[in-house]
Amino acid sequence: MNRPTISVPSVTTGGIMAYLLSTWRNTYAIFWKETKTYFTSPMAYIIGGVFLAITGYLFVSSISVAFPEASIRGWLDPSTTVFVLWAPAITMRLLAEEQKLGTLELLMTSPIRDYEIVLGKFAAVMAILVATLALTLFYTLLLVMYGDPDFGPILTGYLGIILFGGASLSIGLLASSLTSNQVVAAIVSFGTLLLMLLTNQAADITSGLAAQVLEGVSLSGHFDDFSRGILDTNNVVYYLSVMAFFLFLTIRNIESRRWR
Amino acid sequence: MPETMIEVKDLTKYYGENLAVDNISFHVEKGEVVGFLGPNGSGKTTTMRILTGYLPPSTGAASIAGHDTMTGSLEARRHIGYLPETVPLYTDMTVEDYLSFLGTIRGLRGDYLNKRIDIAIERVKLGDYRKSLIHKLSKGYRQRTGLAQAILHEPEVLILDEPTVGIDPIQVVETRELIKELGREQTLLLSTHILPEVSAVCERVLIINEGILVAEDTPDNLAVRLRGTEQVQAEIRGPSADVIRELRALEGVTSARYIDTATGPRYTIESPSGNDLREKIAEMVVMHGWGLLQLSIVPMSLEEIFLELTTADDEEGAAR
Repeated sequence: MNRPTISVPSVTTGGIMAYLLSTWRNTYAIFWKETKTYFTSPMAYIIGGVFLAITGYLFVSSISVAFPEASIRGWLDPSTTVFVLWAPAITMRLLAEEQKLGTLELLMTSPIRDYEIVLGKFAAVMAILVATLALTLFYTLLLVMYGDPDFGPILTGYLGIILFGGASLSIGLLASSLTSNQVVAAIVSFGTLLLMLLTNQAADITSGLAAQVLEGVSLSGHFDDFSRGILDTNNVVYYLSVMAFFLFLTIRNIESRRWR
Repeated sequence: MPETMIEVKDLTKYYGENLAVDNISFHVEKGEVVGFLGPNGSGKTTTMRILTGYLPPSTGAASIAGHDTMTGSLEARRHIGYLPETVPLYTDMTVEDYLSFLGTIRGLRGDYLNKRIDIAIERVKLGDYRKSLIHKLSKGYRQRTGLAQAILHEPEVLILDEPTVGIDPIQVVETRELIKELGREQTLLLSTHILPEVSAVCERVLIINEGILVAEDTPDNLAVRLRGTEQVQAEIRGPSADVIRELRALEGVTSARYIDTATGPRYTIESPSGNDLREKIAEMVVMHGWGLLQLSIVPMSLEEIFLELTTADDEEGAAR
């Protein structure tokens, strides 16, 4: 009789290495496909262009005052609000379109693990985030040429915005996994992000535990320190936790198709 | 000894309260080409999705090449090439990029991947469209692209869900030829609700209706088994009321019907199987001095078998 065997992964160094290698390759394959699709579509250039236009305007207006400061805070702080629109625009396709085209079924019936699909896609949008931010280095270059900026806050500022962006993207990815409709995905992630930005203000008008909780979950509240040049592990852990939490939910949501 | 490639055992699937697949069991040996036949909504797609590990069974189990689709899902999926009902395509990619991506997530690399892409494209005759964007392809070519991805990694088991739906008749013929060809090398399970397809391509048929497996046999055997009645068709020139009366009076006739068709009056005469009525009818017609224009046995088509099976109520019941 040919009975099904339960395959127990061999827990040997070789087994673990083989597992890691296949995970790396699969995740990378998804990552590469997403990045390629993104940069061959006009969306990349439209979204990137709009992002640069807005941050460029913010940068110019921040240095066009009577006593300008040679820092990136002028555009960095308000750009967190821009991410509320940017992250849904970047992530809405990721899983919603796979569901619409039916290709998710193809991925899920290929020998690839569910978390590899999710991580590959997340890595792709993180790469897009970094690529977009790299373009803003031009502003820093101008500061260096015409001023004497303090590099500490610039470095922590960039680290902070990458963490902030990553957290936003993980929320967008979850929203995209919930529906086959990109517009719905965008609205869900937009709403969630906006609420998570606003809890900061809600914290100001409440007190006690409520204020602490609202302050604690606020996406923007954890960002200020970074742009001031303060590197607080508390904040780093916060953003990493948000990413881990939403990625976990996304993976579980994809997986749930297999046991629903 | 033949090797079992697909094994389904007491498989049941509920969607909430709805029973989609009701306790079916079957197996497919290595190299077999099996047709999975049933009307829309009979549970074909659900069964295939369970086989490919996309859906879990409610109870029972399925295995591919000895790997359980639940406990050894990843291993089972390595052995499968699958074409779902709605061809899953990344429409903004070229055919080549699409195949290259899918090859990569199935573990093909480098030169070997390129070689397999070449072979798959050649097999489905997509050579001229290799660098075309998929959304620019016609439906038939999209179907071929879907087939190309299914055979790309040389899977031992091919599972095709309604591979000829929605493409034009000429391409249907080509696709069937291709499927036949593939069936020579691979184990193939093919679902369809089009009957000629099964008799054209498959060695064995599984008929499923409302989640129940109602028959399993070769197309020919099914025809024999289900031939409960023999049908004779006759074209007779004469007063139809008299002809009908005389036909019904013949020994062994269970029913005789008269239809006025565009080509002339036609009689359908039925008798229990193993009874060839043609001689008796001819004699009777000649005796009355009428004109016998045509007389032939109606071979029971799969279509009728299928109707018989899928509309059979309790007294006839399932054929098993």
